Amino acid sequence: MSTSVPTHNLSIFVANRPSALARIAQTFSRRGFNIESLVVSPAANSDLSRMTITAKGREAGLEQIIMQCNKLVDVLACREHTDEEVVARELALVKVAADSTRRAEVLQIADHFRAKTVDLSDKSIVLEATGSSEKIDAMVDLLRKFKIIELVRTGKVIMARGERET
Amino acid sequence: MSEKQMIGAEALLQCLEKAGIEIMFGLPGGAAIPLFDALYQLKGKIKFVLTRHEQNAAHEADGYARATGKPAAVLVTSGPGAANTVTGIMTAYMDSVPMIVITGQSVRGMLGKDAFQEADIFNLTMPIVKHSYLLKSANDIPRVVKEAYHIATTGRPGPVLIDVPKDVGTELCTAALDAEMNLPGYKPEKRGYLPETLDFIADALAKAKRPVIIAGHGAALSRAEKELRELAEKLQIPVTSTLLGKGVFPDSHKLSLEGLGMHGTAYANRAVVECDLMLALGARLDDRILGVPSMFCRNAVKIHVDIDPTEFGKLIKPDFQCQGDIKTVLQDLLPRVKRGNTAEWLKQLESYKKKWPLTYAKKGGLHPPQVIDALNKLTGGKAIMTTDVGQHQMWAWQWYKCDKPWQFITSGGAGTMGFGLPAAIGAQFGRPDELVIAIVGDGGFQMTMSDLATAVIHKLPIKIILMNNHYLGMVRQWQDMFYDERFSQVDLRGNPDFVALAKSYGMLALNLKRGADIPKVLKRALEHPGPALINVEVVMHEEVYPMVPPGKPLEETVLEHPRQKPGRPAGRKNKPTAARAKKN
Repeated sequence: MSTSVPTHNLSIFVANRPSALARIAQTFSRRGFNIESLVVSPAANSDLSRMTITAKGREAGLEQIIMQCNKLVDVLACREHTDEEVVARELALVKVAADSTRRAEVLQIADHFRAKTVDLSDKSIVLEATGSSEKIDAMVDLLRKFKIIELVRTGKVIMARGERET
Repeated sequence: MSEKQMIGAEALLQCLEKAGIEIMFGLPGGAAIPLFDALYQLKGKIKFVLTRHEQNAAHEADGYARATGKPAAVLVTSGPGAANTVTGIMTAYMDSVPMIVITGQSVRGMLGKDAFQEADIFNLTMPIVKHSYLLKSANDIPRVVKEAYHIATTGRPGPVLIDVPKDVGTELCTAALDAEMNLPGYKPEKRGYLPETLDFIADALAKAKRPVIIAGHGAALSRAEKELRELAEKLQIPVTSTLLGKGVFPDSHKLSLEGLGMHGTAYANRAVVECDLMLALGARLDDRILGVPSMFCRNAVKIHVDIDPTEFGKLIKPDFQCQGDIKTVLQDLLPRVKRGNTAEWLKQLESYKKKWPLTYAKKGGLHPPQVIDALNKLTGGKAIMTTDVGQHQMWAWQWYKCDKPWQFITSGGAGTMGFGLPAAIGAQFGRPDELVIAIVGDGGFQMTMSDLATAVIHKLPIKIILMNNHYLGMVRQWQDMFYDERFSQVDLRGNPDFVALAKSYGMLALNLKRGADIPKVLKRALEHPGPALINVEVVMHEEVYPMVPPGKPLEETVLEHPRQKPGRPAGRKNKPTAARAKKN
C-alpha cells in the first residue's frame, strides 16, 4: 500500500439496474481512480442497491467523482464517510495449511481474533473472521507464518452510527 | 391496456410521437427492419429523413435540436450503423444537446454471441450519453421512451440511447402507452439555491467596480436572453460570451465584448484579466477559455451559476456557486440587484475596443474573414449559422455577428469536423422559413459531404460556404507557430472540384476567387431558392488572431503573427532542432 495517496470510503445508494455498476465503475476509472474494494447488495427496499466502495486517489479528484456519481440517473445518493463516525466491517475467509501438529497454534490465533472455524480437514483449516479491516489485516499477518492457501475478503461495508443515514 | 394489439416497433414509434418527437433522421439495416416496417405502416406524424451516413443522422438531429430547442430522434441499425453514430452522440453530449438515439440490435438470444452486425452499443456509448437503455421486453417500451425523453430534455440536456433487440420490436406490447416513469435517482433542480445566495450575488455585483459576465450555452439553452440583457443594462455590466453562448447577448450591444478565450477578442480577454468580479452564467469554464486555470480571474470574486453542479470547481474553484436554471436564477435575482458604479470600467473597456479591434488582411488574395464579414453585412446578421471545426469556425465566430441565441450552431466541446453540413440540414428542417448558412472547411466538409443528397432531395435552401485553402488550416497554424514549421500531414492536395461535385448532386454551385466578386457571388447564392454551394478559393496560408497560445494565460493574447515563435505548448520539451538552430 502506498502511503501518499489516501483511501476513501464511499457509499452509494442506487436503483437496482443492470448497468448501474458499470456506470459507477466508469466514473472512477475515467479519472484514474483505482477501486480497492466494492460491495453491492440489495438495500432494505429491494428496488434499490447499496454499494460500498473503497478507493484510492487524491482529494480533488474524489470530489468530482462524488458529484459525477450523484449526477448519474440511477444514483439516489453518493457520500463519502472517511472522517465520519461509522460502523465499518468486513468478513474474511482464510484457508490455512495446518496439520494436527500445528492446528492448536492456528486455533489459538483464531480464538484471539474471535474467528470461527468453518471447515477443518487433515491438512487445512478455514477460518471466518469479521471485524474492522485493520483487525483482519492483523490476523492475516499472524497467520502468514503458516502457509495461507487461500484468502477471500468481502471488502468493507459501512453504516453510519446513530440516527444519521448512511 | 392498449387500444389494439401492437408490436414493440409500433409501440416505440407511437410513444416517441406521444412524447413529442416530430422528426427522425437515420438509415435502415437488418436488425432495424421491424422498426422501419412499423414506420412504413404507421404513417404517423413523425417525419423521417433518410441520411447517407449514420454520423450525419446524429448531427442532423443535433442541428435540429440546437435550432429549435426540441429533440429529434435518430433511428439506425445495429453494429456499424450504431457505431457510426458515436461521433454524433459524443458531439451532442459535449455540448448538452437533447437527442433520442434508437439503435437496432441482434435478437435477445444472440446478445453477446458475436452475431452478424452485433455491437455492444450500450456499453460503447456509456461515457457519452446522459443515460441509456437496453430493452429486454416490449412491455418496457412505453416507460422507457417516456423516461428517455424526460431525461434528454430536462436539467442539463443530453443524448439518451435506446438499444432495441430485433425480437423486442416484433414482440407484442400489451402495456398501456401512458406508462409511469420510474426514476428515483433523477431529480433535476431548477432552483437549487437559497434566497441568501442571491442576496450575496446581488451585493457582490453592487460592490464590484470592474465586473464582467461570461454567458455560456446554459444561458442560451434556458432562453435567458431577456433577463441577461436586463441584468447587464440595469447594472451596466459588460458581457462576453463563450463559443456556444454566442447570441444570447447581442453581439451588436454596446455592453458586448463578444467572445473570449483562445480566439476571443483581445478586449474580452483583457476584461477577464482585469475584472474584480466574474459572473459565469451557464458556462462550464473549459480549457479553451481559461488560458491557465490557476491564473484565470485571479484577482476577481468568482461566481459560478450553472444547472449542473459538477461544473463547480471542475477547473475553477468558485468563491460562490449557485445551482439552478439560468433563466430562473436571473428572474429571482433581478428584483434584488442594485446598481454599482462601473462607468470608469466601461470607459476603459471602450478604449481597449478601439486599441485592439478585430482586423483582417484585405490584400493579397481572398481572406476568409473578409467573406464572412461581407456575408454578415449582406444578411444583416440574421442567418442561422452552422460551422465545421477549425480556422473558418473561429473566423465565423469572430465575424458573423449574432443578436439571438440558437443562431450560431457549432461543435464546441467535441470539436467535430464535418459537423457544419449535417447540422445545417437539421437546422433547416427545424426552421424552414429562415436562412441557414453552413460555413465549412475543405477538410471537414469532405468528412460528411455525402449528405448533399439529403439537402437536394428535400429541397432545403441551405447555403454552403466552403472555405477552401487546401489545408487542414488550424493544425497548420499550430505547426507553424509551435512546431518549427514542420507541416506534417496537413496538405489536402487532391481535393475534388467541389463545384462540379455539388453540381452532380443537382445543386447550384459557384466559384469565388476574387475579392471584387464577393457581393455578386454571395447574392447569387443567397437569392437562389434551393441549396447552393460556394467554393471560396481562399489564401492558403492565413492564421487566426487574436490567439492565446496553449498553456499561456489570457494576458498573453497574441494579436498578430509573432516575430518570435512562442515555442511548443507546455508539457512537451522544446528540443533544439536543426530548423530552430539555423534560425537562431
